[in-house]
Amino acid sequence: MRILSLIAVAAAAALALVGWHLLFAQEADVAASVDRAIKASWTKATPEWQARLVQDETQKLCSQYRNAPPKAVADAIVAREKATMQYPPDGKFMGDWKKGEKLAQSGYGGRFTDYPPRTENGGNCYACHQLDRKELSFGTLGPSLLEYGKIRRYAEGEIKAAYERVYNSQAIIPCANMPRLGASKFLTIEQITHLVAYLMSPESPVNK
Amino acid sequence: MRRMLGIGAMVVALACAGQYVAAQDDTERGVERYRQMLKDDPWSNPGLLDADRGEALWRQKRGPRNASLEQCDLGKGPGKVEGAFAELPRYFRDADRVMDLEARLVWCIEKLQGFERADIVKRPYSKANQAGTELEALATYVAHKSNGHRFMPQLDHAKEREALAVGEALFFRRQGPMDFSCSTCHADSGRRIRLQGLPFLGKPEEARKVIGEWPAYRVSQGTVMTMQHRITDCFWQMRLPQIDYGSDVAVALTLYLVNQAKGGEITAPQIKR
Repeated sequence: MRILSLIAVAAAAALALVGWHLLFAQEADVAASVDRAIKASWTKATPEWQARLVQDETQKLCSQYRNAPPKAVADAIVAREKATMQYPPDGKFMGDWKKGEKLAQSGYGGRFTDYPPRTENGGNCYACHQLDRKELSFGTLGPSLLEYGKIRRYAEGEIKAAYERVYNSQAIIPCANMPRLGASKFLTIEQITHLVAYLMSPESPVNK
Repeated sequence: MRRMLGIGAMVVALACAGQYVAAQDDTERGVERYRQMLKDDPWSNPGLLDADRGEALWRQKRGPRNASLEQCDLGKGPGKVEGAFAELPRYFRDADRVMDLEARLVWCIEKLQGFERADIVKRPYSKANQAGTELEALATYVAHKSNGHRFMPQLDHAKEREALAVGEALFFRRQGPMDFSCSTCHADSGRRIRLQGLPFLGKPEEARKVIGEWPAYRVSQGTVMTMQHRITDCFWQMRLPQIDYGSDVAVALTLYLVNQAKGGEITAPQIKR
C-alpha cells in the first residue's frame, strides 16, 4: 500500500515536471515568435528607430509579469531603477512652476512625426492626471494630483520625493504605468525641476 | 414620450455630473446624436460611400492583368465576400501565413491584378477630409458585407494559435522611450486620456462593443479609418516607428482583439468621434 502511494507521488511529481517543462518550452516558443514577428513588421524603420523595439531588463520583466512582479523581481527592479537617479547639480529641486505648467500641458515629442524636433519634449501630465482644478481636460489613467503639495504640507522631503517620482517612477513603484521620464532622457533634469515646482510650490495653481 | 424621457435623463445627468463631464459630453453627445440619426436613416452614414466605392473597385477590371478582385479568396472560397470578415484574420495556405482583411486585400491585388506590392501599400491611409484610399474603400466594402455577423475567430490551424499567442504577448509588451504597451491604456474600465474614453480591451464585454465598429467613419477626420490605421496610430502614440502595412505584428494584434471580441456583432462602418 505504501509502495503504491509512493509510486503515485513519484508519478505525479514526474508529470508535474513534464508539465512545467512544457509550459516553459511554450513560453520560450511564444517569445521567439514575438521576436520574429517584430523583426518582420518594422522593415522600413531605421536601425535607430528599430532599437526602440528592443526591451531593457525592466520592460522585459514587467511585460512577463504583466506589471505584477513577485517580490524578489520587484525589489530587483526598484534597486536597478534607483541606480539611474540623477539629481540637479546645484541641489535645487524646485524650478519655475509656470514652465512646469507648460510642460504638463504639452504632449509634444518622441513620435515619428515629431522629427526633426520643432520644440522641447513635453511631460504630457494632463493626459493621465488631474492637476489644476481649472483644467477640465485631464485623463484618469493615473491618480489625481490636485493639491499635491498642499496635501503634503510642502514638506522638504516631499519635494525630493516628487523629483524622484517624475525622474524614475519605477524607482518607487516597480512596473508603474508612468514613463521613466528622466531616466529615459525624455525630459531633462531642469524640466523635471519645473514640474516639481508645478506640483509642490504653494503658488502653483495645482495647490489653489 | 421617449423623447421627454430622454430630455429628462439628460437634465438629471447634467445636474449630477461635474463640469468636466459636461465638457467631455459635448463631443460625445455630438457623436451620439450622429449615431442616432444613422439608426433612423442608415443610408446617411458617410462610411457607406466608401463601401460603395470599394464594391465598384472590387468589380472593376484593373492592373497589369486587367482583372477584377471577384475571384479573391477571403477565406470562404474565391468570390465569397459575405461573412468573410467575421472569420478574419485566418491562415491562408497559398500565402502560408495568417492574414487579416487588409493583408489579404494586398495579396489579392498583387496576385490577381498584378500590381506591385510596394505601390499598393505606398499610401494606405487617407489624410483628414480626403476620400478614403482604395485600400480603405475595399476594406470598408468587405467589412460592411459582414454587417450583422458575429466574430468567429479561426483557431484550428497551428499558425492561427501561434498568432493569437503572439498577439496576446504583444498586447502586454512594454517597449520604447515611454515604456508603453497596449495594456497601459486598455487594461481597465472607464479610464480616459484627457477626455477621450478608452475601451478595456482585455475584457470581452468591452471588446465586443468596439472591435466590430472598424473600419469606422471618423467625424473628426471626415474619412474612414481601418483597424490597421487604428493600430498604427496607437504605435505612433507609443513613440514606436511606423509599422509595415499588413505586417505580422498588426495581424497578430488584430487576431487577439477579434478573439477578445468573439461573438461580438460587426457594425462596420460605424461612426466614431
